[in-house]
Amino acid sequence: MSVEQVARERPHARPTPKARPAGSLRTRMWRARTMYLMMLPGLLYFVVFCYVPLLGNIAAFQDYSPFLGFSASQWVGFHNFAVMFDDPQLVTAAKNTVVLSFLQIVFAFPAPIALAVMLNSVMSERIKRWVQAVVYLPHFVSWVIVIAIWQQLLGGDGLLTNLISDHGTQSVAIMSDPHWFKSLITAQVIWKDTGWNTIIFLAAITRIDSQLYESAAVDGAGTWRRLWHVTLPGMRGVLVLMLILRLGNVLTVGFEQILLQQHTVGAETAQVLDTFVYTRGVVGGDWGLATAAGLLKGVIATTLVVAANKFVKRTGSEGAF
Amino acid sequence: MADTTTRPRPHSTAAPTPGNRPRPTRRPSARPVWAERPSRVGTAAKGFVLAVICLAVLYPMVYILAVSLSAQNDLAGDGLLLWPEHWSLQSYRTILEGGLVTRALVVSILVTVVGTALSMALTVLTAYSLTRTREVPGSRFVLWLVLGTMLFSAGIIPNFLMVKQTGLLNSYWALIIPGAINAFNLVVVRNAFMELPAELLDSARIDGAGEWQILWRIVLPLSKAVLAVVSLFYAVALWSDFFSAMIYLNDTTKWPIQLVLRQYVLEGQSMTQLAPNPNRPLPQPQTLQMAVTVVATLPILIVYPFVQRFFTKGILVGAIKG
Repeated sequence: MSVEQVARERPHARPTPKARPAGSLRTRMWRARTMYLMMLPGLLYFVVFCYVPLLGNIAAFQDYSPFLGFSASQWVGFHNFAVMFDDPQLVTAAKNTVVLSFLQIVFAFPAPIALAVMLNSVMSERIKRWVQAVVYLPHFVSWVIVIAIWQQLLGGDGLLTNLISDHGTQSVAIMSDPHWFKSLITAQVIWKDTGWNTIIFLAAITRIDSQLYESAAVDGAGTWRRLWHVTLPGMRGVLVLMLILRLGNVLTVGFEQILLQQHTVGAETAQVLDTFVYTRGVVGGDWGLATAAGLLKGVIATTLVVAANKFVKRTGSEGAF
Repeated sequence: MADTTTRPRPHSTAAPTPGNRPRPTRRPSARPVWAERPSRVGTAAKGFVLAVICLAVLYPMVYILAVSLSAQNDLAGDGLLLWPEHWSLQSYRTILEGGLVTRALVVSILVTVVGTALSMALTVLTAYSLTRTREVPGSRFVLWLVLGTMLFSAGIIPNFLMVKQTGLLNSYWALIIPGAINAFNLVVVRNAFMELPAELLDSARIDGAGEWQILWRIVLPLSKAVLAVVSLFYAVALWSDFFSAMIYLNDTTKWPIQLVLRQYVLEGQSMTQLAPNPNRPLPQPQTLQMAVTVVATLPILIVYPFVQRFFTKGILVGAIKG
């Protein structure tokens, strides 16, 4: 998760005159011809690489074969979905996905909030800037490198094994132990992105009216009570927003991260929905089934975001959109 | 960054109206009057926790660097020390003297540079064309199309089939074009453009400047911070990507560095193929692996300090301010 979807259109960002510019639609369009020219390549991109592929999801209802294409492949209705629900591998993948997602919401989601609160309380601007520079860094390191580094520290012949084997001879291989896998994935997520995700929470804290702190202090609230009664409520909007977006992604857990480590612990432990789709489709050639799984996942995710958003709005907070 | 991370101060948001007390002049990092002095223990604990966090981030990275620079595995034997007993650049020499890693580095650099340039050009043009939804008929619809891509995407398989259909398979363009514009980055850039004073652009227009000129001469120079940050985002995404290369390139000679790293470091394929010169003895495989890791990380570490100070500003202009 990042600050990503927080961005949304704000029509009031620039005061624009209320009245529509004069002229018929044609004149207005002609006047804007340069703008259309600038828009064209981008529009083309979004249509070709974001919207046309949506149509590719019809493969979910076909016995799709890349040689025959969409037009010649046989239609099978909901057969793929039926097969899918009987597939024990998919059940495993779904279970793993939900468990990993749950772990991340419980452990990785609050981490940046805590760090942001702590950073905010640091007096020295210089120390704060240094810490920020350090903690943002892993966000920019690719998953391949992150895992290579972790392997070097915790893997079979990494640092930890060497340290321990000085006192014995057994090798510890946390990286390839299925029991550790889920904790490990969560720990990696925390290591990589906690710092980066503080940006948005820090910004939220800064926007809290400082007079609230002052009056709370005057009323006798100490540091902790101000944190509880001013800071956290002040972050509520952003907190809720980020949580909605995270909930919308419950079926998405680090695809690259897991794909890279799957071979060390095996599919039973490490298969998630995305890797299932990839393995079945691109690797296994079972296009119809894989597309069906991907489509179902996408639909559930979108529904969840929309539903969560609606729910939050009903409870009186500002939603994501 | 300072503007968004400063501690809340009394009256820092309120304009000094006659009824208000005059704003006390204070160093930006000074404690507000109403805050109590933190206890020694508390400060020490906080410092300790932050130090541990920083160490947890930095130690692994420095450790990798140290391993890659040591001649034998003497470093690991010494435990947690970060100082190689015998220094050696042998592993770097081995991977950089031509051969697989060198070629992969060249590929990665080219893809990153070309891809970032293309992404920025497309993003800036599209973002600018969407800044005046009131005057440009239909542009609001296009904006919704862009925002829609943040909510749903086609999925792995349809995207793969699309790349296949367009004939990009096994070409470097397959790494660049399918992700050329990121909707989030586009919104960040657009919002930065929207923050510019309208009067400035209008006066340029009255002086006879065309849209291209306004974009190039006024809008872009005034948005440097955001452009720097967004460029870094694109560059990092291109540099870090191994998945597109994995599914779109079946020719191993075309592999970028991340995929090489995956194959030789994570999947443990024999390192002998990495050396172009079969006669010279190979350094320790572990050292070699870590050298590849360092080389694959370096470009980001080089650019990072220059762009880092713009992060908060760049992101927040696009994200939640307002």
